Amino acid sequence: MAQAFPFSALVGQDEMKRCLMIAAIDPSIGGVLVLGDRGTGKSTAVRGLAGLLPQMKVYEGCRYGCDPADESPSLMPECASHGPDKKPKVRQVAVPVVDLPLGATEDRVVGALDLEKALSQGIKAFEPGLLARAHRGFLYIDEINLLEDHLVDLLLDVAASGEAVVEREGLSVRHAARFVLIGSGNPEEGELRPQLLDRFGLSVEMRTPTDLATRVEVVRRRDQFERDPQGFAQKWAKAEAALRRKILTARGRLGDVDVPDSALEKSAQLCMTLGTDGLRGELTLMRAARALASLEGDKTVADRHLKTIAQSALRHRLRRNPLDESSSSMRVARAVDTMFGT
Amino acid sequence: MDMMDQAASPERTAALIAALIAVDPYGLGGLRIKSGPAAARDSWLSLLRTLLGTDAPWRKVPVNIPESRLLGGLDLTATLGAGRPVAERGLLVEADGGTIILAMAERAEVATISHIIACMDQGHVRLERDGLGLVTPSRFCVVALDEAIGDEPGIVPNLMDRLAFDLDFALLAQTEMFEALFNEQAIRDARTRLKDVIVSNGMIEALCAAAMALGITSSRACLFALKVARIAAALAGRNHVIEADGALAAELILAPRARALPPPQSADIDESQPNEPSPEPPAGQNEGDEDTQTDPGPEQKSALDDLDLTDLILEAARAALPPGLLERIQQGNISLRMGASGRAGLMRKTKNRGRVTGTRAGELVSGARLNVIETMRAAAPWQTLRRNARKVSAATTRLEIRAQDFRLNRYRQRSETATIFVVDGSGSHALNRMAEAKGAVELLLHDCYARRDNVALIAFRGAQAEILLPPTRSLVRAKRALAGLPGGGGTPLALGIDATIEMAQAVLAKGQMPCAIFLTDGRANISRDGTPGRTMAEADAMAAAASLRLVGIRCLLIDTSPRPQEEGRRIAVAMGARYVPLPFADAMALSNVARHALDDAKGLAA
Repeated sequence: MAQAFPFSALVGQDEMKRCLMIAAIDPSIGGVLVLGDRGTGKSTAVRGLAGLLPQMKVYEGCRYGCDPADESPSLMPECASHGPDKKPKVRQVAVPVVDLPLGATEDRVVGALDLEKALSQGIKAFEPGLLARAHRGFLYIDEINLLEDHLVDLLLDVAASGEAVVEREGLSVRHAARFVLIGSGNPEEGELRPQLLDRFGLSVEMRTPTDLATRVEVVRRRDQFERDPQGFAQKWAKAEAALRRKILTARGRLGDVDVPDSALEKSAQLCMTLGTDGLRGELTLMRAARALASLEGDKTVADRHLKTIAQSALRHRLRRNPLDESSSSMRVARAVDTMFGT
Repeated sequence: MDMMDQAASPERTAALIAALIAVDPYGLGGLRIKSGPAAARDSWLSLLRTLLGTDAPWRKVPVNIPESRLLGGLDLTATLGAGRPVAERGLLVEADGGTIILAMAERAEVATISHIIACMDQGHVRLERDGLGLVTPSRFCVVALDEAIGDEPGIVPNLMDRLAFDLDFALLAQTEMFEALFNEQAIRDARTRLKDVIVSNGMIEALCAAAMALGITSSRACLFALKVARIAAALAGRNHVIEADGALAAELILAPRARALPPPQSADIDESQPNEPSPEPPAGQNEGDEDTQTDPGPEQKSALDDLDLTDLILEAARAALPPGLLERIQQGNISLRMGASGRAGLMRKTKNRGRVTGTRAGELVSGARLNVIETMRAAAPWQTLRRNARKVSAATTRLEIRAQDFRLNRYRQRSETATIFVVDGSGSHALNRMAEAKGAVELLLHDCYARRDNVALIAFRGAQAEILLPPTRSLVRAKRALAGLPGGGGTPLALGIDATIEMAQAVLAKGQMPCAIFLTDGRANISRDGTPGRTMAEADAMAAAASLRLVGIRCLLIDTSPRPQEEGRRIAVAMGARYVPLPFADAMALSNVARHALDDAKGLAA
């Protein structure tokens, strides 16, 4: 497979990098939505993330990416071999980052009848789809705002329940599908359904860098990469390894990060001021702040963590007032400034 | 042979682009060719093919190519014959190391384009269908033939952003032969030299700075410019990029992408007029030009510092700016045009999209999706008979399937709607009415994204009807388009209705359901030809209304006059519209009325 651009070599775009790393540290945050212009490095970052993430353990030959550490009985009948009496081999694989292309058919996404078995042996067997492949990893949808409705419905259901239910072509299959959803798109080309918007834990607004030095550096690194992908990757291997360690460490100590009552109160208050719907805003804000604290090596969630992450966690949850011209980001920024002081 | 020495004619530029692409076909992504079928286009393509090497793959992608052919998939005939899955290679894999030609790329389906883009980005084709999962490396150059005419949406911006060049054949229609500027050997030499060509940091900075000054946001543009500069140097037999290479890159890559006019930089540069593009590349403009004094002479060139380099690059881009850019920027609809392009593919209905709602017997024509279980079920009762007929042993596990067993999936797709607001922008109440209409559009759009509906806005006043907002689902775009609304003047109702008919038909052609909402007092006083006069204007309006009725779409006429009178009702009757007198409509009330009208329309269609 072609070499991906190293994540650590991305210039600028700190908010996106931060959000993707937070999602990698705590997948329960629920995905990252990246909105922005073309050519700002959205896809590059997501594909780079795949190379950055530490490997994960799976059973040899398991098509559903079941976690050997998971004690709960597997949903799949063919994974029954994972039971306590049998010990299939465990091996390390890269965390999957699966692309869901716009025109994907439903059978490719959820899986379908295994044609080989059906034709040659007349057996009804299930061939897992993209959702099964994305289990424990990332599902990336470029131009998510153009995704067809029936696929959006399907994703909403799976993202909420963490499992895929397939009832088609005479098959009846249930399998685990827990993944971090990463969507990207250009808001000028269409809006996202609010239900889907709400599924994303964090949202990022990407802008083209406005200072010359950054843009020059973007072009220079990309150029170096394209001229010698392997050499470039080698040059950045150290930085990649360091970042990987950082994410692993942050994951490890996530449970030890203390969330004081004052931080909870402040996030609740912030959400109330902004009038976000439901409790998901507070919950995400708290989790994201905790993951950020862990990433930065802090033991307690402090105001600055909330402040840093508030925009990403809340801007897509504001009830839209079409007659108010100011953007959601500005409204969050104002609320944050009022609460924490500038 | 230095290509910078001669004055650039469109033919030379086109031939130069062919050579540049031939040196680094994958790095540059390819190009868009804006032209209908024409001899000139074929001639240019054959030049490109010669330079790329005639043994390299050259594959045409038809506009309706099924996914299975594009990416590869199951070869159904072979599979049924062999009784096990037989994969076939997709076109994108076959094109590895060569070129794909996208015929009528502006009409290609979104899915087709997104597969091509994914392959361009990642350098491999990932196949995940029909139980096959393969990753095959493939790199190719894309030639997108854009045959859109006039205001039709062109190629999706996502693809445009990944293609280095944009070649418009409007100026080249008469060209019969393109003369190659470089022979194949020179191209091969340049390919070898390319990896050793050095670019100074100053040049990279200058190209980026020029891109910023021209309002170009995508970093791909800078990267393409850098590559073109490097290729130009390699073609000229040099190992380092000089100013002329940078200037060429600015002319070919940056200028066509400009979204803003560069600010006049230094006082000493004469007020150069960006809307009078000079046909010559600036590196060669030494005489007969009004800014001869600012043009660095040969002895100064060696002393150029970075700032001057930026100026030079920018000047090269400025000279090549597309004519009419200034006007379009002033009208503020540059980005509108960009955003408007290409969404047509999304709306197009296909027979293999949406939810599966059942199966039917049928032939395996392209695009049909076989339902294997149902097919096998249909074949099952006949197995013994068929085996006996073919004298094969009953022990064989192979299924005997005949064409009449094929069962295909049936799909259903929700139809989208487009609400067209037609607003009377005339007279004293115009400002109020426009503001209300604007509010209603935004409120409707606000929940349209839940319903996947489109909203458009037409205004008529004075002697014209104007499309202020083409059908869109984007609140962002609507807000920008509606930022400044014109008002005042007479009431050319007939023109407004005509524009509505046109838009309604375009919407219908896309497979969507239009619904028109008029906001007017119905008192027309400007006739179709733009002359004032109540009698003629009303006759015209009635005639237009009658033809709107023939289109057969759902209409609603909201009479906004303070005291509703007979005229509004008459027009409404003539166009077959529901008549709603709403003298003091506010945005909220208006959007509610519109929503109900839409729901009615949907009920009607169901």
